[in-house]
Amino acid sequence: MLSFILKRLVQSVVVMLVVALIAFMLFRYVGDPVASMLGQESRIQDHDALRERLGLNDPFYVQFANFISNAVRGEFGISYRLQQPVSELIASRLPATIELAFASALMALVIGVTLGVMSALKPRSIATALVMTLSLVGVSLPTFLIGIGLIYVFAVELQWLPSFGRGAVVDLGWWKTGLLTESGLRSLILPAITLSLFQLTLIMRLVRAEMLEVLRQDYIKFARARGLSARTINFGHALKNTLVPVITITGLQLGSVIAFAIVTETVFQWPGVGSLFVNSVQVVDVPVMAAYLMFIAFVFVVINLIVDILYYVVDPRLRIGRAAQ
Amino acid sequence: MSELTQTAKPKGAVARFFDSDVWFSFRRSPVTIVAATVAVSLVLAALLAPWIAPYNPFNPASLNLMDGFTEPLSESMMGNYFVFGSDNQGRDVLSTILYGSRVSLFVAVMATLFAMAIGISLGLSAGYVGGVYDSVVMRIADIQLSFPAILIALLIFGVARGIIPPSQHESMAVWVLIIAIGLANWAQFARTVRGATMVERQKDYVSAARIMGVNPLRILVGHVLPNVLGPVLVIATIGLALAIIEEATLSFLGVGVPPTQPSLGTLIRIGQQFLFSGEWWILFFPAVTLVLLALSVNLLGDWLRDALNPRLR
Repeated sequence: MLSFILKRLVQSVVVMLVVALIAFMLFRYVGDPVASMLGQESRIQDHDALRERLGLNDPFYVQFANFISNAVRGEFGISYRLQQPVSELIASRLPATIELAFASALMALVIGVTLGVMSALKPRSIATALVMTLSLVGVSLPTFLIGIGLIYVFAVELQWLPSFGRGAVVDLGWWKTGLLTESGLRSLILPAITLSLFQLTLIMRLVRAEMLEVLRQDYIKFARARGLSARTINFGHALKNTLVPVITITGLQLGSVIAFAIVTETVFQWPGVGSLFVNSVQVVDVPVMAAYLMFIAFVFVVINLIVDILYYVVDPRLRIGRAAQ
Repeated sequence: MSELTQTAKPKGAVARFFDSDVWFSFRRSPVTIVAATVAVSLVLAALLAPWIAPYNPFNPASLNLMDGFTEPLSESMMGNYFVFGSDNQGRDVLSTILYGSRVSLFVAVMATLFAMAIGISLGLSAGYVGGVYDSVVMRIADIQLSFPAILIALLIFGVARGIIPPSQHESMAVWVLIIAIGLANWAQFARTVRGATMVERQKDYVSAARIMGVNPLRILVGHVLPNVLGPVLVIATIGLALAIIEEATLSFLGVGVPPTQPSLGTLIRIGQQFLFSGEWWILFFPAVTLVLLALSVNLLGDWLRDALNPRLR
């Protein structure tokens, strides 16, 4: 168990180092950091002084080591566009993205599992056919069109929900949350639906497939023979056994949700890290790009690690297999 | 009986195609026939845009601001007739869609070809050579596949923008986009081709060619490649649909093709500004075109996957 976790840890560190190298090359060689920081009206002496102060004259490996030690402390320099430390920028926008990502993941999980179970238990009903067809359409529609469609129906035509922004936020000191105000919650609904649709269809299809598979197995037949109620069989026995892969996939998808939030945040002008990233790509704000890359890679690596360990904890066969060797 | 003996004669490629399983499964699936009809007509319309578009939307001389915001199926103040209405600058929406799908399709097709070229060459060589080279290539592909393609395309786009001087951003935008989307999508090809190559490598015809002293490059391109093209075709079709959506998404985010040369995504981005003031048609028609295009190509890919996979029959 310990050696397995250690091995995974080492792999994660290697991945992070590779991403850090890419981010560093971006930072160092795309555009001229000194020119971007000082602007056009500056003296050559200032350029040289800043170059020396930033350590840009040091050998490559020294610069890379400095970059990593700064990155570990969360320092990514100063945004060219906004003239603020990148760490502050990301920290101020992170709560918005995390709230959006979790709201949509929760929605996808609850609705996805419900619809999946329903369509597996009643495979021939009209509702199932309808849901399956809709899910096909949902997968093939681009995210931004779903968002625009929702805005048109619920914000422009019906005028039930706001179409952009995050509503009023409550400052908890280190975390600005929109979950405690009415306008904040109302603003969250449309973006969360938009972001969750893709995941929702994925989870639904997964639960359906797993559930159909499990329902065919002998222990379900045996449970029926014992005269257990349909509810106990379906939810106590069958659903429990389908949930392991569902949890894994949902966990792994959480990283992509944060990345997919880029599109949703742009459509709804949601003040999160995704829209910060898009704006920085438009104007080639390299420090923000490099920091976002490191941030996303870190989220992915951590989630992968947790899912791997969870798998190990949940599935006893993995542990026994190792012990027998 | 005489008909039976006739079929023994060798036939031309066309006749063989109409006799094949693929054609049979095509005729049996109404959804596929509809999808193919839609896809072919959209592609034809895009290719023939300069000849069939009612107006040239990018010729400033023919534009009149008085034509702006004309509703669909109505005559403008200047007496021009717009089937899908006109946008704020008086451009005919139908014509901008025709020209826009041209840009969208060009970017998507070129990006898919680019991804295919990288993926096939890396996959073939990795599957054939094996060893450290194979594990390095596949590990890179694994890492890349665990990130969403749109994120990678965005990053590559940003890097390219930093390297290219600002004066050339507009003229290079289409090519930057092609490279960004292509580099974001190669891994799927590499993985599939590598798997198929490892199977083919074990077969006798490859050993025979090797014993005869055929140059490895020639074995790969001339002997192995034709035998792994089936799955590549499936991935290319589905990849094309993905590339269409990725291009539209990037252009929608404002990091794709410039507004002077709009694709469907750019048109949707422009149309979104007028959604709140009630000019829905500027957004609606490009969006429908995009969905029809992506959906029909996707359905064709799904059908192709089933038709070329003998295990499903």
